[in-house]
Amino acid sequence: MPAMDMTNPAALPADWRDFLALTKPRVMSLVVFSALCGMLAAPELPPLALGFTAILCIALGAGACGALNQWYEADIDAKMRRTAKRPLPDGRMDRQAALHFGVGVGAFSVLLMGVATNWLAAALLAASILFYVLIYTVWLKPRTPQNIVIGGAAGAFPPLIGWVAATGDFAALPVLLFAIIFLWTPPHFWALSLFVRSDYAAAGIPMLPVVAGPQATRRQIFIYSLPMAVAAVAPWPLGLTGPIYGICAAILSFVFLVLAGRVLTNRATEPAGMGAEKQLFAYSVFYLFALFTVLVADRFLA
Amino acid sequence: MIRDGEEEAIRKRQRERARVMAWLLGAFVILLFFITLAKTGMHW
Repeated sequence: MPAMDMTNPAALPADWRDFLALTKPRVMSLVVFSALCGMLAAPELPPLALGFTAILCIALGAGACGALNQWYEADIDAKMRRTAKRPLPDGRMDRQAALHFGVGVGAFSVLLMGVATNWLAAALLAASILFYVLIYTVWLKPRTPQNIVIGGAAGAFPPLIGWVAATGDFAALPVLLFAIIFLWTPPHFWALSLFVRSDYAAAGIPMLPVVAGPQATRRQIFIYSLPMAVAAVAPWPLGLTGPIYGICAAILSFVFLVLAGRVLTNRATEPAGMGAEKQLFAYSVFYLFALFTVLVADRFLA
Repeated sequence: MIRDGEEEAIRKRQRERARVMAWLLGAFVILLFFITLAKTGMHW
C-alpha cells in the first residue's frame, strides 16, 4: 500500500456526513417545502410514487447546487466565520470529490425527474441547477451587488417545477409563486447581509451593504418588499385562490412591510444594533413557510 | 507509511461509506419498483 500523509485531513476518505453537509440541508428544506406546495396547489395530483420522486429530484437538484457552490467558493468560505467550518475549507474533503458529487447528483436528479414525471419538469430542473451554478455562483455573485436579485430566480424555480411535474404544463399560479420567491429573495438576503456585512467584506464579495452601505440597502429592502407583497396577495383578486389564502397573505405581507419599515428607519451600523434586521430575516423565513402553507390549505379547504 | 491506527481509521471510514451506499442503492431499487407500478397505471 502506498504511503499516505495522514497530516493532510483530505487523505482520509470524506465522511458521508460531510457529503450530506455539502448539500446544505437547511436550504434544501425550504426548497423541498416550496416545491411540495407548488405540486399540492396544482389542479391534479400525480400518483404518490411519482410525486415523491419529483420532490426527491428537486431536493437532489438543490443538493447538487449546494455542493457545486461550495466547490467553487471553497476559498471564499475559508475567509468567512459563518462558512469556515464547512467540509472543504475545514480540510475534511478534497475539492475533486465535491465536484464529482455535485455533478453526479445533479445529472442523476435531472434524468430521474425526466424518467419518472416529464421532460419539461426535467428541463426546468436542469435550467435551475445551471442558472444557480453558472449565472449566480460563477458569474454574478463575485461581480455585482445585484447578484442576489437575478440569482434569486434560481431559488424561485422549485414551486414551478413541482407544478409542472404534476401537470406537465405551465399556468398563471405557479408563475406567480415564482415571482413571490423571486421578489422575496432580495429583502431576505439583504437583511442577513446587513448584520454579517464584515464577513462578506472580508471575503471580497460585493454584497449590497458592502458596496452601497447600510442605508441604501435598507431602502432597497423596503422597495423590493412592496412588489413582493403585491405578488403575494395577487392570486386572490385574480381568482387563482380563495379568500383563506387572500386574507392570510394580506396579513402576513402587511407584517412583512411593517418590519421592513422598521429596518428602513434603523440607523445602526454595527450588528449589535441591528435587531430590526435580525427580526426581518427571521420573519422572512416564517413568512414564506406560512404563505405556502395557507396556499395549500386554501386549495383543499376552499 | 500508514501506521496501524491510521489504517484502521481509513478502513472504518470506507466501511461506513460502503454501508451508506448500499442503503441508498437499495432505496433506489425500491423507488424504481414503485415508479414502474405508477407508470404502468397501477397508481401507487
